[in-house]
Amino acid sequence: MFAFLANPARFMAFSAWAAPVLFAGALILFAVGIPWALFYSPPDYQMGDTARIMYVHVPAAWWSMGVFAFMAGASFVSLVWRHVLADVAARAAAPVGAVFAGVCLITGSLWGAPTWGTWWEWDGRMTSMLVLFVTYLGYIALWSSIEDEERAARLAAILCLVGAINLPIVKFSVDWWSTLHQPASIMRSGGSGIHPTMLGPLLTMAGAYLLLFGALTLMNMRAAIFRRRVENAALRKAQS
Amino acid sequence: MSAFAVTFRRELALLWSGGGAVAPLGYFFGATMLVPLAMGPDRALLETAGPPLVWIAAALAVLAMLERLFQSDLEDGSLDQMLLSPSPLEFIVLAKGAALWVGVGLPLALAGAPAAIALQAPVERLPAIVLSLALGAAAFIGVGLVGAALTASVKRGGVLIALIVLPFFAPPIIFGAAVASGEDVAAALSILAGCALGAAAVGPIAAAAALRLQAE
Repeated sequence: MFAFLANPARFMAFSAWAAPVLFAGALILFAVGIPWALFYSPPDYQMGDTARIMYVHVPAAWWSMGVFAFMAGASFVSLVWRHVLADVAARAAAPVGAVFAGVCLITGSLWGAPTWGTWWEWDGRMTSMLVLFVTYLGYIALWSSIEDEERAARLAAILCLVGAINLPIVKFSVDWWSTLHQPASIMRSGGSGIHPTMLGPLLTMAGAYLLLFGALTLMNMRAAIFRRRVENAALRKAQS
Repeated sequence: MSAFAVTFRRELALLWSGGGAVAPLGYFFGATMLVPLAMGPDRALLETAGPPLVWIAAALAVLAMLERLFQSDLEDGSLDQMLLSPSPLEFIVLAKGAALWVGVGLPLALAGAPAAIALQAPVERLPAIVLSLALGAAAFIGVGLVGAALTASVKRGGVLIALIVLPFFAPPIIFGAAVASGEDVAAALSILAGCALGAAAVGPIAAAAALRLQAE
């Protein structure tokens, strides 16, 4: 499928309907998930209603790492197979992932202030998550600072692959270091430890974030391809 | 003589003629001086929090040396000569990093002793601090090679190098600060050595890949 979509014309035809469909799906899942999370799920036995911020914080955290993994995969494909649209995809996904990481950090801080008594703590999970956020910013800055698009694509791909080392560190930081942050309760050996009445809205929100990421990335890619077409047309006009 | 030895000697000669380690050492001492000015005159506070801050100064000093590392080679054509050499570019890049470590990193580590004393570190901790700074400088340089190679074609890319490279400076600083504050020194030194070896292994490979792209 990725080879099929490497042709920009075919990709534009695909994304012309795929992006709105994904966006509509995201809106539906948010419309279901947000009321379910905020009103119809049980309050936490210790934290009460404060725990509801989990439904915004956790999916953002999951997908900030997932998007970086996507970017690393796209960078690898771009470097090895010279896939035409892989670097466009990585660049398009970066702002979305960066915002997810920012949402994770900010909502986590808002959650921690009443429950832990502190806005921030330099433990393993929070430090490595902040490192991930700064890595996103460095990746976006590298793209913007190199004029030659092709060279910028390859260099940014190298940076993304080197930065992917941080992903297992973020995931396993709560196991490797004694940390203020809660240990893993869902993606762990031995099965998830969360109650189904909370798992339902959490997975719905996670699906909503995923579809939103897909829609936004496709839209960004379309914008990038349109921009390239406009620049080429202007060049041709200037030469004629 | 192998390409590694030639590059190593060339880099040291260039460093020496360019003022040697004087500028980075000056930057290091200057940054160290700012710390107590910012922390205020409370001596107890400086004793607990001061020594690890020598690592901030060390990181800044290494960052300052990274910008011109590959930029001058790219501009005057030396990079093309390096690519034509029968020796792999990775070894040549490793030689540049090694020369930077010997020429700047080791002097920084030794200068860490008076700097740590100025920040109220107890004298017994000084050997561990100097060793940790030597290892940390190697880790900084290994990762800095990647940042410098990625931004070699960007004019005034110093700030961009810092942004790219700072996430990778975090582990050496965390464990180096543990040595400087005297907790778990043996464990922290082992992990620092791991960071240095890892950076020395991975850095030249990624940097060489980036340099091949820069030379096109």
